[in-house]
Amino acid sequence: MKRRMEIILDGQRIRVDEGKSILDAALENNIYIPHLCFRPGLDAFGACRLCLVETLDGRLVTACETPVEDGMQVISDSDRLNRIRRVIASLLINGHVGDCLKCPRSGECKLEDISSYLGINDEDLTKLREFKIDDSIDDSNPFFLKDNGKCILCGLCVQSCDIIGVNAIDFTFRGAKTKIGTFMDKPLIDSICVSCGECVETCPVGALVKKSEKPSREVKTVCPYCGVGCGIYLGIRGDRIVSARGDPENPVNNGRLCVKGRFALNFVNSSERLEKPLIKEDNEFKEVEWDEAIAFIADKLSKYNGDEFAAIASAKCTNEENYLLQKFTRTVMKSNNIDHCARLCHAPSLVALSESLGSGAMTNSINELKKASCILAIGTNTTETHPVIAYKVIEAVKNGSKLIVVNPTRIELVRHADIYLRNKPGTDVPLILGMCKAIIEKNLIDHEFMKKRTEGFESFKEYVYDLEWDEIESITGISRDKIREAAILYASSPAASIIYAMGITQHFNGTDNVFALSNLALLTGNLGRANTGINPLRGQNNVQGASDMGALPDLYPGYQSIDDAREKFEKKWNCKLPKEKGLILPKIFERACKGKIKALYIMGENPILSEADINNVEEALKSIEFLIVQDIFPSETSKFADVILPACSFAEKDGTFTNTERRVQLIKSAVRPPGDAKPDWWIICKIAEKMGVPGFEFENPREIFDEIRELVPAYGGMSYKRLENGGIQWPCRSRDDPGTVFLYKDGFTRENGRAKFILPSFRLFETPDEDYPFILITGRSLYQYHTRTMTSKIKGLEEFKDWKSLEMNPIDGEKLGVREGDFVLVKSRRGSVKAKVRFNEALMEGVTFMSFHFAPVNRLTSSVRDPLSGMPALKVSCVDLIPQ
Amino acid sequence: MNFEELVQEAKKEYYSIFQGELPAILIGSATCGISAGANEITKVIEDEITRENIEARIIPVGCIGSCYAEPIIGIFKGKKEGVLYGPVNKNLAKKIIKENIMEDKTVKENILGTIHVNEAGTGGSFFESDFMRLQSRQILRRCGLINPEDINHYLATGGYTGLLKALEMGADEIINTIKKSGLRGRGGAGFPTWLKWNLCRQSNSQEKYIICNADEGDPGAFMNRSLLEGDPHSVLEGILIGAHTIKAKKAYIYCRAEYPAALKKLKKAMKDLEKIGLLNTEIVIKKGAGAFVCGEETALMASIEGRRGMPRTRPPFPTTKGLWGKPTVINNVETFAAISLIFQEGVEQFSSMGTESSKGTKTFSLVGDIKRTGLIEVPLGTTLKEVIFDIGGGIKNGENLKAVQIGGPSGGCLPASMIDTEIDYDSLTSAGAIMGSGGLVVLSDNSCMVEIARYFLEFTQRESCGKCVPCRLGTQQMLLILNDIVQGNGNPEDIETLHEVAETVKAASLCGLGQTAPNPVLTTLKYFMEEYVEHIMDKRCPAAYCRELMHYFIDKERCTGCMACLKACPNNAIVGVENEPHFIDQVKCLKCGSCMDVCREGAILKVPGPG
Repeated sequence: MKRRMEIILDGQRIRVDEGKSILDAALENNIYIPHLCFRPGLDAFGACRLCLVETLDGRLVTACETPVEDGMQVISDSDRLNRIRRVIASLLINGHVGDCLKCPRSGECKLEDISSYLGINDEDLTKLREFKIDDSIDDSNPFFLKDNGKCILCGLCVQSCDIIGVNAIDFTFRGAKTKIGTFMDKPLIDSICVSCGECVETCPVGALVKKSEKPSREVKTVCPYCGVGCGIYLGIRGDRIVSARGDPENPVNNGRLCVKGRFALNFVNSSERLEKPLIKEDNEFKEVEWDEAIAFIADKLSKYNGDEFAAIASAKCTNEENYLLQKFTRTVMKSNNIDHCARLCHAPSLVALSESLGSGAMTNSINELKKASCILAIGTNTTETHPVIAYKVIEAVKNGSKLIVVNPTRIELVRHADIYLRNKPGTDVPLILGMCKAIIEKNLIDHEFMKKRTEGFESFKEYVYDLEWDEIESITGISRDKIREAAILYASSPAASIIYAMGITQHFNGTDNVFALSNLALLTGNLGRANTGINPLRGQNNVQGASDMGALPDLYPGYQSIDDAREKFEKKWNCKLPKEKGLILPKIFERACKGKIKALYIMGENPILSEADINNVEEALKSIEFLIVQDIFPSETSKFADVILPACSFAEKDGTFTNTERRVQLIKSAVRPPGDAKPDWWIICKIAEKMGVPGFEFENPREIFDEIRELVPAYGGMSYKRLENGGIQWPCRSRDDPGTVFLYKDGFTRENGRAKFILPSFRLFETPDEDYPFILITGRSLYQYHTRTMTSKIKGLEEFKDWKSLEMNPIDGEKLGVREGDFVLVKSRRGSVKAKVRFNEALMEGVTFMSFHFAPVNRLTSSVRDPLSGMPALKVSCVDLIPQ
Repeated sequence: MNFEELVQEAKKEYYSIFQGELPAILIGSATCGISAGANEITKVIEDEITRENIEARIIPVGCIGSCYAEPIIGIFKGKKEGVLYGPVNKNLAKKIIKENIMEDKTVKENILGTIHVNEAGTGGSFFESDFMRLQSRQILRRCGLINPEDINHYLATGGYTGLLKALEMGADEIINTIKKSGLRGRGGAGFPTWLKWNLCRQSNSQEKYIICNADEGDPGAFMNRSLLEGDPHSVLEGILIGAHTIKAKKAYIYCRAEYPAALKKLKKAMKDLEKIGLLNTEIVIKKGAGAFVCGEETALMASIEGRRGMPRTRPPFPTTKGLWGKPTVINNVETFAAISLIFQEGVEQFSSMGTESSKGTKTFSLVGDIKRTGLIEVPLGTTLKEVIFDIGGGIKNGENLKAVQIGGPSGGCLPASMIDTEIDYDSLTSAGAIMGSGGLVVLSDNSCMVEIARYFLEFTQRESCGKCVPCRLGTQQMLLILNDIVQGNGNPEDIETLHEVAETVKAASLCGLGQTAPNPVLTTLKYFMEEYVEHIMDKRCPAAYCRELMHYFIDKERCTGCMACLKACPNNAIVGVENEPHFIDQVKCLKCGSCMDVCREGAILKVPGPG
C-alpha cells in the first residue's frame, strides 16, 4: 500500500499517493493546471513550463516533475504565474501555423484549451514579432501526417517512440529551428519508423494526425491479427470501420498497438467482401439464398461419412465457432479429421511441451516479461511478428533486464540485446544443448528443482556430457565461449524467460527444438515461477483457442484425448463418436490427392497459399469431390470450391478469442455484416440442423460458450460477464478462480506431477550443396499478414517494405553479379519462383529470405515433416539463385 | 622505481633546464601561441641552431598568460635568470639565438621580464611586471613553465603528491580538507565542492561516476583550454582524488572536439600516468559534438549516454541521479585543478587567498578593448578596476571604459560606474552579472550596448536546445526585437515587451542556459536604458556602431584630399577633387567602412544618427 499524502493546493486539502507529482494530485482531484507536455503514463518532461506552480517559499517548480510531500503548500494560480503562462502560451501561439477550424485536432487540442483558459487575446500576440516555424508537412506515411507548423515540441511523440524501442523520431536542429524529425530529416516513410502510430495517439495538438475519418462511436473489442490479442476500440462511422485505438485498460497492450492493429482494420468495409452464398454450376459461381445453399450442402454432405470427410478449422474464428466445427465434424460427420493451421506453427510446441511439462501453451504471461531479469529470444523476430510483445521486451531491457537474442539474422531486437548468438539456420538443438552443457559444467543447475520437480535429469546430464564442444562449434558456427557466456547469463539470472516462435518450430526437427528449450528451462528451475517460463508466441489471434477447442484430430476440447475422454463427450453430446484418430492437415491433402478424402469443409483458411509445397495442395483441392469454403473474402482457395459461404468478420459477431498467453477475451459485434454474410457459428448450426442432427440449437455465442465451459475444465469458471474487462487466463476452473498468470506453480500437469527431460535428436533436412547452395528462410513482414486475405485490402500497407522480394546479403549479390531490383529465379528441389532482389545486410552470407506473404514461395518449401508433430520444414529450404 | 625515486629523477631532469649546461629555449606552444605564429618561430629557431651547430634544448610549453605578447619565448642559459621575450617575430628569433644564446648578450627588444625557476619556486622581474604584479598564479602556476607532455616536469613540481596524500586519507578527511579550503565550484554557479562530493559519497549506490566538464563554450573564454594544454596532469590528479573519494566506478572527461590540442595532451598525460602506475580509475575521454548546451551538466550526461544533449530538471541532482541514473560528481576543469592544488600545496595556502565567502583564486580570460589581453589569475575579491586598469593596462587607443561583460552569454554587462565591484560569487550576482566560468570582456565607449545584448542573444538563441518553450521561443522573440531596434525599426512598446519576455525566460526556463540567457538584455536595460531609448526614439546609435543608425563623415580639417577614400569607395559615394577635402554622399553611402580603412589621416569619422 502506498502512503497517502496530503497537500494544500490553492488552499484546498487534497490527498494523493506518495510518489505522485503535484500535477497528478491536481488532475486526480479534477483541478486543472495548464500543461502541454505531460500525458498520464509517460514520464514528465518539464518542457512546456506551463504547469509551473509556486511553492510556499516562492520557488517556481514544474507541477509535472515535482513529487508531492506531505503538508506541502502549492499555489497554482497567481498573477505571477498567469503572467508567465501568458507569455509562454503567446510565444507558442505566435509560432503556430494554421487555422483551428481546419485542424483535425480541433476540439481535442490542448493548445486551444490553454489559450482559452488563459484568455490569450490579440493584444498578447500583436506586441510580439511575427515568427513562423518550419511549416512543412510530411504526408509520406499512408496513415498519418506530420504537420511541423502545428508542432509545439512537447516531446510526447519522441517519448512514445522511445518506449517501444524504435527511436525513429527525435528533436533535431537547435534553437528556434528545433523540430521533431527523423534521422537526416528524411520523410517518415524513408525512415526507420514502423508506422505504429503511438506518436499520433500522444500528440496533444494537430501536429501528428491520422489521415482517417473520425468515428461517430466506438466499440471495445480485440484486434484480429496476431496472437498477442491487443484490446482495441474500433472507431465506427455509420456502418463503416474508420479507425482504431488501443484500449488503455487492456492488460495485454495497455493501449499500445502496431501498424496493423491501428491502421489496417478497415478491410472489413471492403467492397470485395463475400455477400451471398455461391454455388458452382458449370464452373461458374451462382448467387443463391441461404436456404438453398444450406439445403444443397446438407444434401451433399449426407452422402459422405467418416473417413471421407475432413474439416479445416480457423485460427481466425472464435472459440465458439471452432468448437462447433469440431463438434460438427465429430457428431454429424462422425469423423476426427479436423485440424487447423497450428499444424504449421506451434504443433511442435503442443507435442513437446505437453509431453515434457503437461501443456502446450505459454507457461507465463506477456506482462511478466517486463519483470524477467533475463529474456532469451530465440527463433522469433518479435518486432515484426508480435510487435506489442516486442515493446514489452524492449521496455524490460530499458529497465535493466538482460536480453539474449539467438537468430541467424541480425534482427531489430539485436539492437537491444546484451548477447547475440548468430547460429547457422536450423542448428538450434546443438546450440541449446551447448548452453545446457555449459550450465552443467559450471554447476549452475537448480538442484533442488531437479530433485523435487523433474525426472530424467541424470540421463539428460550424461547425454549432454558426451557432446563435444568442437562439434557444437562447427555445427552452430558459434564459439564455445560465446555459448557459455549466454548460458551463464541465462542460468545466473534470478528469473529467466524464454520466448520463441516459428524459428524454432517450423523445422524438420521442430519438436526436438522445443524439447531442447524445455530442458534448458528445467535445468535452471525457470518454470513454475513468476517472470520465467518457456513461452511459444502464437501467430494467429485465436490459434490458441482453436487448439483449446479441440480442432485437432486426436484431442477433444480441452486437450482431452479421444481415447480417454470419448465416453464423457459421447454422454454430453448424446451420440456415438468415432474412435479412430483423425488426419493432420498435410495428411488430409495427401489423402485427398489419393481420392480418400472426398468432402472438405474449410472455414476461414487459405491453404493453397499457406501450406508447404503447395503444388500438392492444388492437386488435392482439384481431386476433392465436394469442397465448402467459408470465408470473408474470395480467396485463392475458394476458386476450387463447390460452395462458397459468406462469413462475418471479427467486427460483425460476438464471441471469444484466446490469445497467446491463454487469455480468453470477448469480441463484440460492431457493424452490420455486408449483404447476407453470417457468423460462422450460425452457418454450422444451420447445416447441422438441416442434416437433422441435434445439439446445434444455439441462439447466440454465449450459449455455445456455456457448453464449452461445461466440457473444458480450464474454461470452467469463465462467463461472458466475467470476461468483460480484460479477459481471464486459463486455467480458470471455478467462478471464484481469478485465472492463472503462470502455469505449474504447484506441479506439472503430467501424471506424476513432474516435468520430464526428453532427449532431443538433431538432424537437418537439407543442407546447402553444389546444386542448391543457398539457404532460403521464410517469414513474416510487419506490414502484411499471412496470405494477405485481409491486408491486401489495405492500400496503405503496400507502401511499406516490399514483401515480394528475395532478400540477400549484398556480398552474395556481388558474388552472383546481381544488383538491387534485378530479378533472379529462385529454384528448389520442389519448384521455382521469380523474384526481385533486395539487399539486406542483416542476413548472413549464404542465407536468403522471402516473406510467405508472397504467394508462390511455398512452391519452394518442402512438405517433408517433423515426424513428431507433422510440422513441415517451412523455415529452411535450400535453393539456387539464377540471375535473370 | 618507487615514487620518491621517480620524483628525484624528474627533478634532476626538470631543473637542469633552468640551470643546466645546455641552453634551453621555452616556446609558448598552446593554441594561442600557435595561432600567433609559435610554430613558425619554432621552425626558425630549429633551423638556426642546426645551421649554427648549437647544442640547445627546445621545450614546448603551455601558455604563460600574456596573450597580448604572443608568440613568447624564454631563454635560459647557465645559472643566470632566464629572459622572456614577446612578441617574437622571425627576425627577433634569429637575433635572440645569435646574441642571447651564442654571444651571451641579452637582446633589448620586447623583453617581458626575467624568470628564474628552481626547487624553491619561481621568481624574476616578469612576475613584478604590471601585468603580473596583482595576479596570483596558483592554478596556472605550471602553465608556460613545464612541457605539458612530459610527466617528469609535473612530478618535479610536486605533481601527484596531492593524490598520494589523498589516497592515505579516508573520504571524510578529504572532504573535510576541501571544506576547510572553502573551494566553490569553478564552473560558474559556485556550489561548495565539499558538499557536492559529500552528497554523492553518501548516496546509496554501488555504481558512481565522476565527470570533468571541459565543454568550455562561452564566446571569448579559454581558461579551461589553456589549463588543459598547459598542465593536463593537474586536472587528472584532481579527478583521481575525486574518484577515490566517492569510489567512482569510472571517470569521464567531456571535452569539446574543438580543442584538439587539449585532447591530445590529455591522452598523452593519461598514457604516462598509466605507465607510472598511478591511473587507478578508468578515465574515458568523451568528445563533445559542438553543442554549447552540453556544458550544462544534465545535458552533458545525456550526451555521454548517447542521447541528444538536452537538459532535464534538477532535482534530482546528479549527486543522487546522474550519469546512467547513478550518483555522479561533475566538476569543472578548474575545480579539479584547484583540488590538486589544495592537496599538493596545503589547504592553508589556498584558503589564505580570496574573500570570506569566496576562497582562492580564479582564472579569467581578459579580452576586449584593453591594452593587455590574456589569461589571468587573481585572488577572489580583486576589483574589476584592478583587473582592467592594473593588469589589463586600461582601455586601448585612449578610449574610455563603458562596461564590462562578465560571465559570457549567461552573464551581464556592468557599467563603468561599478568597476569597484569585487570579483566574487556573491558581489557579482547582486550586481546582476554572474561569475560564470570566467570570461571577462572589456568594452570601450565605442561599443553599442544594444548590439552587445543582441550579439549574446543571437548566440544563446542559436545554442538553445529547443526543449523548453521560454528559452526556445523567448530568446528568439527577444532577438527579433533587438534585431529591429539596432536597425532602427524598434517601437516604444518594445522595451516593455523585452522586459516581460526576458523576465519570463529567466523565471520559467528549465536550465541554466535559459535562466541566464536574458541577463545581457536585462543588465543593459538596467544600466544603459538611454541607449535603447536613443535607438528607438531618435533612431540614433550613440556609439555610432549600428550601421543603420550611424553615418560616416569626413573631417574637413583633417582631410588632405588624397583621394584614397574616393578610389576605395565601392559605390562612388565620395566626391571631391585632389588636394581638397572630400564629401560623402549620404544617400549613396553603403556604410561599408572602406573609406575609414584606407584613410591615413584619421579624417573619416563615425557619427551617431543615420545621416
